Amino acid sequence: MHRREWVYGWLFLTPALVFLFAFTHYPAFNTILGSFFSTPKGRKPAEFIGLENYRDLVADEVFWKVLTNNFWFALGTIPISVALALLMALWVNGRLRGTTLSRVAFFAPTVLPLIAVANIWMFFYTPGFGLIDQFRSGLFGLPAINLLGNPDTVLGAVIVVAIWKEAGFFMIFYLAALQSIPPVLREAADIEGASSFYYLRRVLFPLLMPTTLFVSINAVINSFRLVDHIFVMTDGGPDNASSLLLFYIYEVAFKYWQTGYAATLTVVMLVLLSILAIGQFFLFDRKVHYQ
Amino acid sequence: MNLLRRRGFDFGVILNSVAMWTLAILWALPLLYAIWTAFHPAAYETRFVLSAPLTLDNFVKAWNAAPFARYFLNTFMLVTMILASQFILCTLAAFAFARFRFPGRSILFSLVLLQLLVMPDILIVENYKTIRALGLVDTIVAIGLPYIASGFGIFLLRQTFMSIPRELDDAARIEGCSFIGLLWRVYIPLARPTYLAYGLVSVSHHWNNFLWPLIITNSVETRPVTVGLSVFSAVDAGIEWSVINAATLMTSGPLLLGFLLFQRQFVQSFMRAGIR
Repeated sequence: MHRREWVYGWLFLTPALVFLFAFTHYPAFNTILGSFFSTPKGRKPAEFIGLENYRDLVADEVFWKVLTNNFWFALGTIPISVALALLMALWVNGRLRGTTLSRVAFFAPTVLPLIAVANIWMFFYTPGFGLIDQFRSGLFGLPAINLLGNPDTVLGAVIVVAIWKEAGFFMIFYLAALQSIPPVLREAADIEGASSFYYLRRVLFPLLMPTTLFVSINAVINSFRLVDHIFVMTDGGPDNASSLLLFYIYEVAFKYWQTGYAATLTVVMLVLLSILAIGQFFLFDRKVHYQ
Repeated sequence: MNLLRRRGFDFGVILNSVAMWTLAILWALPLLYAIWTAFHPAAYETRFVLSAPLTLDNFVKAWNAAPFARYFLNTFMLVTMILASQFILCTLAAFAFARFRFPGRSILFSLVLLQLLVMPDILIVENYKTIRALGLVDTIVAIGLPYIASGFGIFLLRQTFMSIPRELDDAARIEGCSFIGLLWRVYIPLARPTYLAYGLVSVSHHWNNFLWPLIITNSVETRPVTVGLSVFSAVDAGIEWSVINAATLMTSGPLLLGFLLFQRQFVQSFMRAGIR
């Protein structure tokens, strides 16, 4: 009996594991290995070059630019979208009128492909034709502005789009958490005469802490993973002002075909994600109140 | 109304309602604007008058300007293939993790969980090499392959399977049920809500996926709608805005429509799938 379980266990697992290893673990391992090799060119195979790719990485201004962009993109997107998500969830979960319609409005952008979202927002941003400029010239007689063409504003413009797309998604997790909080707590707070604000700060927020952390981690991962909108809106420009790490990896690998260097850049991504995982592990263990 | 009756004139409720509506309207505007331009002639792109004539011309133009029918077929095949494979592979693996004891179980499970962090999405360079070595570049199968063994799916189903009482197992086994029979007759039916939740999440995720399909496809016969849409709207000269918008709505239409019709299930599925 015991032995049969053993065999069955492996038998049932094998199909999934084959694909999992082939497209996650093997490529992850190969990425790390590949970062120590040069890019094969024509008949010249890849050579072991030690840390040369990493030396290039440190000297690569575009890399630092892209990493900084990613940092500001994450910092601009995450706090606002998480705060909005919490607000949306509190409203939608409450007894206000029109919650169903509001929930639809908040969640709908989440269902759209990011490519479609970017297309929709292009109607706002395009200089001259876009809705923003139409309003500026129509109502105030202001000249056209090119938000996506200016290195100072492009990242901000993209951040707005990301917030619009993501807040509704995070709202869902808060909604789920809110619905699992027993109503007894609210009643107790009412009996004790606690104000709504006090209840929010002392009861709800601590109980929602695991959700906040979960959502934040997801938001950080998404800020690395989602780059589709860049293809439509800016192509990374102007002057790499809106390029993000994954987009740069794509460019290096599939535009310039520098696969060795692209592997090095991917290692940076893997390291960043691992730091995140370790951080998550410790935060989840210590700082978070469980119900 | 009942609020007013219960608490009298509650300033907080009114303030919150107004704030919520404002944000909801703000959130709906971009999409509503896209719908407006798609259903009206180009002349009304920025003229918002109620008497503007409705038209489906933009959709017709978009449909005729690019092989969207083919793109939809591609996406449909892609999503179906991924979902079917995910269900099979993840069910088997999740059942193994939930019910069998075998050496290496916990190590293998943590390797599965690793995929929640190291997603195929970021391993595009190496996965491209693998697909090229397999000779599958520019096929629909290639778009799906990296995703069909989903760590998330295995984890989600394992959690569900573990919550099913062991007594049911034993009863079925006494009746002479095989493991496959047990899975088919007891576990899968009981996990139906999880399958629905995971299915919705998976379909919407792969319907929307862009970067990997962009890399691995380069012909009309394989491109999914997202890539098709980006190719279509990248041809900037000559195509009207309202037509691009019609195409945009068209590509997200099925998902959006599905969401509006089943929005309660949709939201609940995302909630169910989200709580790890």
